[in-house]
Amino acid sequence: MSQSTDSPPSLYASREPVFPRKVKGWFRSLKWWIMAVTLGIYYLTPWIRWDRGPELPDQAVLVDMAGRRFFFFWIEIWPHEFYFIAGLLIMAGLGLFLFTSAMGRVWCGYACPQTVWTDLFILVERWVEGDRNARVRLWNAKWDLRKLRLRLTKWAAWAVIGLATGGAWVFYFTDAPTLFVNLLNGTAHPIAYTTMGILTATTFFFGGIAREQVCIYACPWPRIQAAMMDEDTITIGYRSWRGEPRKNSAEVKAGEPMGDCVDCMACVNVCPMGIDIRDGQQMECITCGLCIDACDDVMDKLGKPRGLIDYLALKDEEAERAGKTPIAVIKHVLRPRTILYTGLWSLVGLGLVFALFIRPEIDMTVAAVRNPTYVVNSDGTIRNVYDIRLRNKHGESRPFGLALNDGTEMTLSVEGSDGSLVIVPADDTLLLRVYVDAAAGTAAATEARTDFTFWVTDLNSSERAHTDTHFNGRSQ
Amino acid sequence: MAKQPEKKKDVGTTGHQWDGIEELNNPLPRWWVWIFYATIVWGIWYTIAYPAWPMLQSATSGYLGYSTRAEVAADIAAVEQANAGLMDELAVADLATVPSNTALHSFAVNGGAAIFRANCSQCHGSGAAGGKGYPNLLDDDWLWGGSVEEIAYTVANGIRNEQSPDARWTEMPAFGDILSKEEIGQVVAHVRAISGQDADAALATAGETLFLDNCASCHGDAGEGSRDMGAPRLNDAIWLYGGDEAALTESVTMARFGVMPAWSDEHRSAGGLSAAEVAAVSLYVHQLGGGE
Repeated sequence: MSQSTDSPPSLYASREPVFPRKVKGWFRSLKWWIMAVTLGIYYLTPWIRWDRGPELPDQAVLVDMAGRRFFFFWIEIWPHEFYFIAGLLIMAGLGLFLFTSAMGRVWCGYACPQTVWTDLFILVERWVEGDRNARVRLWNAKWDLRKLRLRLTKWAAWAVIGLATGGAWVFYFTDAPTLFVNLLNGTAHPIAYTTMGILTATTFFFGGIAREQVCIYACPWPRIQAAMMDEDTITIGYRSWRGEPRKNSAEVKAGEPMGDCVDCMACVNVCPMGIDIRDGQQMECITCGLCIDACDDVMDKLGKPRGLIDYLALKDEEAERAGKTPIAVIKHVLRPRTILYTGLWSLVGLGLVFALFIRPEIDMTVAAVRNPTYVVNSDGTIRNVYDIRLRNKHGESRPFGLALNDGTEMTLSVEGSDGSLVIVPADDTLLLRVYVDAAAGTAAATEARTDFTFWVTDLNSSERAHTDTHFNGRSQ
Repeated sequence: MAKQPEKKKDVGTTGHQWDGIEELNNPLPRWWVWIFYATIVWGIWYTIAYPAWPMLQSATSGYLGYSTRAEVAADIAAVEQANAGLMDELAVADLATVPSNTALHSFAVNGGAAIFRANCSQCHGSGAAGGKGYPNLLDDDWLWGGSVEEIAYTVANGIRNEQSPDARWTEMPAFGDILSKEEIGQVVAHVRAISGQDADAALATAGETLFLDNCASCHGDAGEGSRDMGAPRLNDAIWLYGGDEAALTESVTMARFGVMPAWSDEHRSAGGLSAAEVAAVSLYVHQLGGGE
């Protein structure tokens, strides 16, 4: 193989392992709390019960693929109402825009599942193998029984977390208590086991091995976020005007004043992304705030003011350097851009809530049978046939009465039924063949087209719905 | 150490040149070459394992013996196996009570719809509205009876055919040989009068006696028809061959009768329907609006 000096550099870089040190502080506590809440929601939600009547599942949050229903507490979404899901996704998108333009990568730093699970995996790693220094030693140590024991313990704990992650996921798709028993005695559907297996493996890999590489190389969101941030965005920065020249650096000449940074590397050692925040804004930074906690701790010990590393806007950094007073945080957050995002977000949200409240409890679709357009009966009556689908979105079967609009001469009858009363089973759709008759010589029978309306009434609640359609007569 | 691109002097060029840009003749990556060889091996194995090589009569059947036709046949057999219970039930069911058995009725009506489209729609229309000479099955007028049992009898045995000894069979005489043209005109006027259409009152009155003498034995004194005879009701709004003067005159003069094949497989060597299929299509027709 030929090798010359003008060869382009290799495009591959092997991973530099990261060993985040333990840290205490305000942001670390906040992250623990958020982890507890988000994981709690994820693991416990499928176990919440919600009574919907005897015919419907009593699981509060359930994605029923086979029955094509989505249950969320008191809300039940049918397939034709999928626009609610689309609306929620739009809200999630706008919400991310809002939070990013106001507070940078706050989602990445605190709430992203990749961050939360990686945090949990690092916690387990620290319990098993010790803090940063012990972990670095273990990494460099030769394989012996102790290293094998520690590694196996850690991997086993990760695997259990992964299994619990995949295990909780499948509970969202079927009745959780039943599935739990079935999973234990081996009678659950193979798809449940396969899904759990895949999610266990991906959780183990993403949280235990890939970690920050997912954010740096795999996730598209950090690249989009670059476009969402501006000089007013609150992000994590290093006050270099205060810290530099840092102690012990080559730039410090004897007798000259030194900056506040003592180059203790605390901010670097706690960073889960393995970067040095003092190098400025970086693509890898997920703004988790752990370097702030680490640096504040050091500043407290040195008796210097906190905030050498801090949440600040890029605009403030410049202002402070020039000796001006920075703008209040609230003024950074409240600016036309974030107000616009909030407005759009609220608009979609209000629209969805409005749609949720006005959506009819009774759903009727009418399809006219046009082969043939009309039938002549022996007494000269003209008959039109309609396929009507009635949806009952309640947990119990309901009696419905069908009727035509007031003032019409036409009459209505239902195939297979003596009257116009039909009973639709719980949470089901009923297809009816409905006849509308116009007596010989009446206007509807002799005119090409007569508009009329089908009314359906819930006989228990008197709730009504209607659909407009038309009648074809025998025009001469 | 990462592999560096080979230099021109080592590998040469392909000889292609575009605006001074040359294409290096680098060897293929080894992983690519091995996958290439693997696909060749896979291809050979595939043509042995599965039907592949065309021969004179058919293709090689393949070592695994797989065929899409056999797979479809197995799928059809599986569906028939799954439906066997309902089909057996349907074959012996008391047809009048099936509509109250929701599950069986739904199965029969849906299956009957498919049978209807395949076997009946050629004459009666895909919407069962019929046409001139082919009865409309959606209305409340039935030549031979509109109960499920009567419909099933008609479907199984047909009308005026040589296949079934039990076929419904009557014939209307051609009155062109019996009545004069003038008399036929009077009868036609009478028929139009009793069906509520415009008619010459004098002719109609004259035609009444002729009607009672010649037509009433089958069509009834008031033209109410007779299902025993398959004689259409004449005092209503439904006309199988048309109710205007010309059509009625032709019907009386030349006589009319429709023919329908027997569909029961007892009466056919091929293309017949089983007892369950006859029941299904009868139940389908019965619920189209006119069933009695």
